Amino acid sequence: MMAVILSFIITAFLLFFMGYNPIKVYIAMFQGSFGSVNSIATTLSKAVPLIFAGLGIGLALKAGMFNIGGEGQIYIGSFVASVVAILLPPYLGIVSLIVSFIAGTMAAMIWAGSIGFIKSKFNINEVIICIMTNYIAILLTSYLLKTFFQSEGSSVSQSDILPVGLSTIVPRTQLTSALYLGLIFSVLIYILLKYTVFGYEVNAMGDNPNAAHASGGINITKMSVLVMGLSGAIVSLAGITDVFGKYGRFIDGFSPGYGFTGIAIAVIGKCNPFGIILSSILFAALDAGALRANRVESVSINIVMVIQGLVVIFVSTPYIISILRQKIIKVFSKRSAL
Amino acid sequence: MYAVEMNNITKSFGSSIANDNISISIESGEIHSILGENGAGKSTLMKILAGLYEADNGSISVFGKKENIPNTKVAHSLGIGMVHQHFMLIDNMSVLDNIILGQEYSNGILIDHKKNKEAVESIASSYGFEIDVNNKVYDLSVGMKQRVEIIKVLYRNSNIIIFDEPTAVLTSKESSKLLSIFRNMRDKGKTIIFITHRLEETKLVSDTATILRDGKKIARVNMQEVNEKEIIHYMVGREINLNIEKKQFRPKSVVLELENIKLSSRAEKNISFSIMSGEIFGIAGVLGNGQDILEETIMGIRKPLEGSIKILSENITSSSIKKRKCKGIAYIPSDRHKYGILSKTSILENYLLGHQYSKMFNKFFIINYKDLTEKVSKLIDDFNISIPSFLSPLSQLSGGNQQKMVLSREISIKNVKLIIASEPVRGLDIGAIDFIHKKLIKLRDEGYAILLISADLSEIMKLSDTIAVMCKDTLVDIRRANDFTVEEIGALQSGGKI
Repeated sequence: MMAVILSFIITAFLLFFMGYNPIKVYIAMFQGSFGSVNSIATTLSKAVPLIFAGLGIGLALKAGMFNIGGEGQIYIGSFVASVVAILLPPYLGIVSLIVSFIAGTMAAMIWAGSIGFIKSKFNINEVIICIMTNYIAILLTSYLLKTFFQSEGSSVSQSDILPVGLSTIVPRTQLTSALYLGLIFSVLIYILLKYTVFGYEVNAMGDNPNAAHASGGINITKMSVLVMGLSGAIVSLAGITDVFGKYGRFIDGFSPGYGFTGIAIAVIGKCNPFGIILSSILFAALDAGALRANRVESVSINIVMVIQGLVVIFVSTPYIISILRQKIIKVFSKRSAL
Repeated sequence: MYAVEMNNITKSFGSSIANDNISISIESGEIHSILGENGAGKSTLMKILAGLYEADNGSISVFGKKENIPNTKVAHSLGIGMVHQHFMLIDNMSVLDNIILGQEYSNGILIDHKKNKEAVESIASSYGFEIDVNNKVYDLSVGMKQRVEIIKVLYRNSNIIIFDEPTAVLTSKESSKLLSIFRNMRDKGKTIIFITHRLEETKLVSDTATILRDGKKIARVNMQEVNEKEIIHYMVGREINLNIEKKQFRPKSVVLELENIKLSSRAEKNISFSIMSGEIFGIAGVLGNGQDILEETIMGIRKPLEGSIKILSENITSSSIKKRKCKGIAYIPSDRHKYGILSKTSILENYLLGHQYSKMFNKFFIINYKDLTEKVSKLIDDFNISIPSFLSPLSQLSGGNQQKMVLSREISIKNVKLIIASEPVRGLDIGAIDFIHKKLIKLRDEGYAILLISADLSEIMKLSDTIAVMCKDTLVDIRRANDFTVEEIGALQSGGKI
């Protein structure tokens, strides 16, 4: 909370020196994000994919793994889900929707699980594997889309309209029932981490993998695959719900970097599901408010990125730095062991 | 003339006295050994000379001149250099860069690589070191890394060179090479101070030696005039307190069996032994002789190169750690921080580690924290562990309390048969040591099989029913505790013969 206030104050100074009235800008932003039912709905609809991305990445972080491959998992999951929805007969309705969702998350789970497998089996840093597989996933789905599922007569590379989709909660907004799904998953992950043996093992592994193995008898390879897979499945829902809710079709390059924003969300939310919901809403509100601030006060939309950036820095400095330091030490000690 | 004289040096860390009024003198151009067991104060004394520590009391003279050595820089300027046990090298820099670091020839802005290289290579060739100075340090073997450290010291024009347990990390072949380097350096007029607890090497190379025990100087000897027995007596000849009550040794059945285990490629012979229920099987040996490999092999953290491990006559050589725990192995690792604890996690959850699959604490994969809390509060009472609260992170506990936590957690595993206790009291205060020792004896009397690994001879002598001596990744002798004398173990663990 301190971090958020501090970021707003610093940005206020910045706005002031740029010649704007910071108070007016902030009022416009607030109206844009929480000023009416529609703007609240817009904010929430922007928050939903961030919740999924944050939950998934937060889970991996808890286990001491950096899932920076969210983008790839989002594209793989959304693509597979879309294809399944297109191929299934449309009269199946809700059944088709559920099957598509399961197929998409499973695909992302296998995709991300194999990252965990490669990491623990061959002792390769997961960050590198994740970044590489991002390219593969994004370009592979793009190729398959253009070759097999390109919507005819469209100049954009996108699939046909999907026969099934999520229903909207507030009419004429993009807020769909994906919100409920996001909340359900948050509660489930909270319970998983706090009360179950699996959650305990995730935490133990994140604290000290050697002790988790030697004293806890935890199979680190198996856990890496499981945690990475689960993380990927949840992250992919950020894309799947957008495709089935907002766009109604798979569009090439549709994700505005959810897989990366999710890292910030997870860190700000301290990997706690409810913290992740709050930080998602904060980021979404800033995004939604930026549009209005731009219209009313003609402030650049990018000022929002300044605020977001500052929040991340203030919240995460101790956290991210300590994680990076551990990673660097690991890489170096590995080299010296060779 | 004496190269180094240290008079009445006293140094204490908190309440423990590492050096108690020690005076030594080392002649110029000789190889002088500082002998003693682990914790005798050898390293501390030499670190004072090298400027790493400052003595509380006492004076130092170098080449007859009284000097004050507050830091390593002053030590360097006096020609004192130290080759540490843990190398102080930067792994991803080249050998050359490591050696010249801090003392480069340069024109003020750019480093004069040619001149540096020539200087380093001339030192290397004059001592017969074959080393490519362009290699990266991480590509080098341990022996080569040590040679880089030696060149580093020579490059700084040191005349008095201290080696802290230099052979501890080397294979026997590399060790003998190092010893000939010592002689070579002595013949070129350098004074060598050799910190060690290996008697054979001292005998081979030293001219004189100072023997320390429990922070005190015991003797200064001329190596030509003494025999091994005398030195061992000086090193370990303390009164060992055997006043610990224990029931008569009544072994029942075999619990753990090791057959033909080969721990590492440097082990000259394979290990076979068995431990009975109601027996404390002590493994004596100087640190770094494969004790860590042995405990990790039995626990399943690493696989043996050859041989098989059986518990209650079931082969577990390739079983997972989880399986081994189910078979009843409790593990108190020597490296507690690496293998034993989750330091950022709460005390309560630390107690769950290894028990998380137990039906006692989970129903359908949901952890029963209520039962866990009850059980833990009982253990904490039994073991007299003082904690701020169940939910505070484990790192807030003192070392002794952390160790008690590990011990109490491990022995509360369901149907424990074997307890691997490796260095169970290292770094603990006397109260905690006494507590853990009595507990181990009690567990033995109750019929557990205990594997006690310790570099502290008195601990081994005090607790064990059977003693095996470990040296260079193998066991050199196994006997009933009564059939060993301290001197014999001391000789065996230093690689000597009896």
